[in-house]
Amino acid sequence: MPQFDLTTNSNKVQSVLTVEEMAQSRKIQRRRKLIAFAFVTPLLVFVMIAFIAPIGTMLYRSVYNPTVAQLIPDTLEALSDWDESSDARPDDAVLNRFAVELRQLAIDRDSGKLAEEINRGLPGSSSVIKATGRKMKKMDPALLSSEGASLLIATKPQWQTVEIWRVMKKSGAIFTDSSYLTALDLDRNSDDEIVPRDTQVYIQLYLKSLKIALTITLLTALIGFPLSYYLATASPKTANTLMVFVLLPFWTSLLVRTTSWIALLQTNGVVNSVLQYLHVISEPIEMLYTEFATVIAMTHILLPFMILPLYSVMKGIDPSYLRAAMSLGAKPIPAFIRIYMPMTVPGLSAGALLVFIISIGYYITPALVGGTDGQMISNIIAFHMQSSNNWELAAALGSLLLALILLLYWIYDRLVGVSNIKLG
Amino acid sequence: MHGLRLTAWAVLAFLMVPILVIIPLSFNAEPYFTFTEGMLSLDADAYSLEWYAEIFNNEKWLLAIKNSFFIGLCATIIATALGTFAAIGLSNPVMPFQRVIMAMLLSPMIVPLIITAAGMYFFYTQLGLSGTYLGVILAHAALGTPFVIITVNAALSGFDHSLMRASLGLGAPPIYTFFNVIMPLIRPGVISGALFAFVTSFDEVVVILFLAGPEQRTIPRQMFSGLREQINPTILAVAVLLVVISGLMLLTIEYIRARGERIRSGEI
Repeated sequence: MPQFDLTTNSNKVQSVLTVEEMAQSRKIQRRRKLIAFAFVTPLLVFVMIAFIAPIGTMLYRSVYNPTVAQLIPDTLEALSDWDESSDARPDDAVLNRFAVELRQLAIDRDSGKLAEEINRGLPGSSSVIKATGRKMKKMDPALLSSEGASLLIATKPQWQTVEIWRVMKKSGAIFTDSSYLTALDLDRNSDDEIVPRDTQVYIQLYLKSLKIALTITLLTALIGFPLSYYLATASPKTANTLMVFVLLPFWTSLLVRTTSWIALLQTNGVVNSVLQYLHVISEPIEMLYTEFATVIAMTHILLPFMILPLYSVMKGIDPSYLRAAMSLGAKPIPAFIRIYMPMTVPGLSAGALLVFIISIGYYITPALVGGTDGQMISNIIAFHMQSSNNWELAAALGSLLLALILLLYWIYDRLVGVSNIKLG
Repeated sequence: MHGLRLTAWAVLAFLMVPILVIIPLSFNAEPYFTFTEGMLSLDADAYSLEWYAEIFNNEKWLLAIKNSFFIGLCATIIATALGTFAAIGLSNPVMPFQRVIMAMLLSPMIVPLIITAAGMYFFYTQLGLSGTYLGVILAHAALGTPFVIITVNAALSGFDHSLMRASLGLGAPPIYTFFNVIMPLIRPGVISGALFAFVTSFDEVVVILFLAGPEQRTIPRQMFSGLREQINPTILAVAVLLVVISGLMLLTIEYIRARGERIRSGEI
């Protein structure tokens, strides 16, 4: 009798429904989906505009560089007919047009921008462009349009060379992978082959950031584990009281905690004074503005992110497993390592991934306590955003960092599940 | 066991000492970040409240305090409203692409702030939003939403969506259903989510560095430039006040959590 199965087996329910009823049921199901989706839509739209679009813009900026194309459109148009693999510089007509444009740039005080861009492709060319610009400013535009080439070369002989024109033509491309090449310490040689750069900067920096993040992860695991274990095995009352000491730092502003470390680590700071008072050292040690300061301050800041997941997993482990192992003859330490530790892996991996993901992209603490050798990849991104104005390179470095983080986030989602993140 | 207790207390000390050490230092009568001879010999003259007075006499700090609360509250309202609704939709088992959407909505929490800040600088400048309160508030709201989703989502675990349908089916208007059926069940989650969102904004400095103009300087921004340019104990006094605020937040959160647990276990 199929009717009796109605309440127990939903597959059978369908079989007793008529076609209209099934259509009706599908319609209701669709309506429910729509309602659920309607709840999510406002935030989805908001996050798309306020967060995803900015990230997308950054990715776009990493390959999009219109600066040179906007500064010297006329010259670039003329250069498009020139074969950059040839050994001869562009003909005088091209140089004339450039001389006219450079004069205008110098008058508009924009020649510095061009100099900065070209200098990235050809170090040393900045002064050539600026000096020529100053000279051209005083010239008559009519004269430049006919005699510009010889005037350029008379001012700076570099205009005779092929190199500078190659770089100009290359920098004129609006879409380019050159920022990514720079970010990976690569370059294109004159035969258009990708070769490693002479000076390796950014790969080193990525490796250093990874090393710092890994050190911090290991340190938080190493000192977080015993505390979590102690809290998980203490009486609930003790654990709840002591938990305040973990949660108060967690809730305290990271600027406050960084400030504290400055007070502790500076030359006349608390740590040096105590060590001197105890006669451990006779002269103060330089600890602030070093990699050590970055590592210790960030370990302090990120420790709660390790303790909280570890503690919640340890609290769920039945202590009788360990007792059972020992009553069966296992020695305490091997029993702890072989029975208890494997059960803490979910908490340990969750905490480690969280700490690693957060620390790899850290900016504020290294900027304030790291000095020069405690800087991480985020700091160089900020430098290219704010000081050197090389936004394309900042965007390319950021995109590579983002790719790394998203990979880790994906692993985290596989392992832990992002919807299982708990707070506090 | 003895060694374990000792290690545990050492780690707790490592966690707490850096936060406690700034409290006496903020009462330093000298303009330094260090303990003076007088302070160590507990000479009353070595202590002073001048750095606290300085906060409230300095226009920059007063503006920063005002900005921090204004931006924080506005961002919290947006993040809490949008995040709560989204969490209700996401917790519904019929929700399509639940996992993907969840991962996307939580991503502001994962992406390093420097990347977010750089991207926002590019994008918000195009919209004319950089250097405006609106821009900063929208940015902070986006950063706060993941926390609201997480806490409300946790509060909704075990929530029976048929309650909502029952209420609607019995003729209650949707708004009535929301405030009288759903809200009482998820209130603890919403409040702790709102607190997290507020703290996120209240603490945030990287996006502020890139997006805010001088008029939108917040407390952390003011501390950041203070630490970079001229270190003086006013920063320590501000830091102590911030520790007090975080202590109050922590108490509130713990109270709400304990209450929520008792509600769920049926004690209330």
